[in-house]
Amino acid sequence: MVLAVAGMTFLVLPLAGLLVRAPWSTMPERLAEPQVLEALRLSLVTATIATAVCLVLGVPLAWLLARVPFPGRRLVRALVTIPLVLPPVVGGVALLLVLGRRGLVGQWLESTFGFSLPFTTAGVVVAEAFVAMPFLVISVEGALRAADLRYEEAAATLGASRWIVFRRVTMPLIAPGIVAGAVLCWARALGEFGATITFAGNFPGRTQTMPLAVYLALETEPDAAIVLSLLLLVVSVAILAGLRDRWVTSA
Amino acid sequence: MLRRLSRWAVAAPAALALVAGLSACGSDDAGTAASASPAASSAASSAASSSALTVFAAASLTETFTELGKTFEAANPGVKVTFNFGSSATLAQQITQGAPADVFAAASPATMKTVTDASMAAAPTTFVRNKLEIAVPPDNPAKVDELKDLADSKVKVALCAEQVPCGAAAIKALDAAGLKVTPVTLEQDVKATLTKVELGEVDAALVYKTDVLSAAGKVTGIDFPEADKAINDYPIASLSKAPAPDLAKKFVDLVLSQQGKDVLVKAGFDAA
Repeated sequence: MVLAVAGMTFLVLPLAGLLVRAPWSTMPERLAEPQVLEALRLSLVTATIATAVCLVLGVPLAWLLARVPFPGRRLVRALVTIPLVLPPVVGGVALLLVLGRRGLVGQWLESTFGFSLPFTTAGVVVAEAFVAMPFLVISVEGALRAADLRYEEAAATLGASRWIVFRRVTMPLIAPGIVAGAVLCWARALGEFGATITFAGNFPGRTQTMPLAVYLALETEPDAAIVLSLLLLVVSVAILAGLRDRWVTSA
Repeated sequence: MLRRLSRWAVAAPAALALVAGLSACGSDDAGTAASASPAASSAASSAASSSALTVFAAASLTETFTELGKTFEAANPGVKVTFNFGSSATLAQQITQGAPADVFAAASPATMKTVTDASMAAAPTTFVRNKLEIAVPPDNPAKVDELKDLADSKVKVALCAEQVPCGAAAIKALDAAGLKVTPVTLEQDVKATLTKVELGEVDAALVYKTDVLSAAGKVTGIDFPEADKAINDYPIASLSKAPAPDLAKKFVDLVLSQQGKDVLVKAGFDAA
C-alpha cells in the first residue's frame, strides 16, 4: 500500500510543481500568442494522424504475430519492439538515413517525386508513428492472444466467412485492447521530441510541435515553457480522462 | 478497514504534493536555486573537489576545449576535466537551476548575462570571437556561392533557432544584408545545424567558421562580407558556486593565455 502511494506521489509531484510555479498572472496573454496555439494544433493533428497510421498498419501486424505461425515470428516480434528500446534521437537519425534526402529510400522518393520527408508535417507524422507503433502492436497482440478462439470457431462452424468472423466476432472481442493501444500510441506520439526534432526539424506552424516549442522556450523564457507544458498537460489529461473507462477496462 | 484507509491514502499524497509545492512557492527564486543545488554540489564536493573540474561550454567550443582540457590535465596531474558541451542558452538555464559547474564559456554575451544576472558568475572576460560562414555539402547541389542565394525559395536552408547565439548572429547578418530567408528548420544548437548539412538534408546553413573547419571535408565553407556585422563575442567566467574554484580560475587562465589563444585561433576563431 505504502509503495503504491509512493508511486502515485512520484507521478503527481511534478504536476503539482508545474501548477504552483506557473505564471498565472501573465497566462492569458501568453496563451493568446499565435505560436502557442499553432504548436498545440500541430501536435494534436499529427498525433491523431500518426495514431491512424499505426492502427492501419499495426492491427494487421498484430494479427500476423498473434495468429499466423511463420518461421522467424519471434524475431519479427522482437524487431517490432525496437522503437521502444531505441533512444528517440537515434530513431530520428535512423529515419534520416533511410528516408532523408540522401537516404536509402529517400533518394528514390526525391528523384521520382521531387518530394522529401524531412522538414515537412508528413515527416512529423512518420517520426511519431515510428516511435508509437510498438505500443499499439503489443497491446493488440496481447488482446488477440487472450481472446477465446472458440467464439471464432463457433462462428465459422455456423457458416460465417473469415471476413465476417473478423468483423463481427474478433474485433468486438479485442476492441478494448485496440482502444487501449491506440490511446497509448496517441499519448506517446503527442509527447515525442527526439525523433521529431532530428528527422522533421523545427519550424513554427509546420514541424514545431508542443514538445519542441517547450524545449526552445526553456532556453530563454522558462515561464513561457511552463505555460506551454501546462497547456499540453491539461489537453492531454482531458482527452485521456474522457477515454478513461474504456482505457482501464481490459479485455 | 482497507477501503476506509485507501480514500485517505490516496488523498494524502496529493495534498502533500500541493503543500510541498506551495511552501516551495513561498521562498524566492534565489532560495530555490540554492536549495536545488545542495544535493548536487555536496555530492560534487564530497567527490574530492580538488581533483575534478566541470566546464560548461558552447557546442562550438567542443574540439578546442577538449584539447585544452587534455593540456590542463597534463599540467595538473590527478585532475580530471569533464565537459558539458551544448547550446549556450540551455547551459545557462542549467547553471541557474543549480547544475554543478566550475566554469562557463558561452557563445554570446546574452547567454552569459543569464548567468551573471542570477549572480552566479564573476566578471566574465571575452576570450575569442567567432564569425559566421555559409556551410554547404561538398557537392553543393544548390550551387550556392553567396548569401543572396539563401533567400531563393528553392534552396533548403537550416538556421539556428534565434534563442541560441548562432541564430541571433544569423538574424543580425541577414538583416545587415537586407535579406529575408525562410529556413526549413531552426535547430537548437549549431552542431545540430551543421549535422543537417553533413547529412545532405539541407543545401546550406549559417554556422560558425570554426564548425566548418571542424567538419573538414564533410562540408564546404563560403565566406560572406555581412558576417563582419554579426560577430559573436565569447565570454568565459568561473562560477560563484563552483565546487572547485581554484581549478576554475586556473582553467580560465589557461584559456586566456597565449597557449589557449593559439589553440583557438588555429581552429578558426578570431582573437578577442
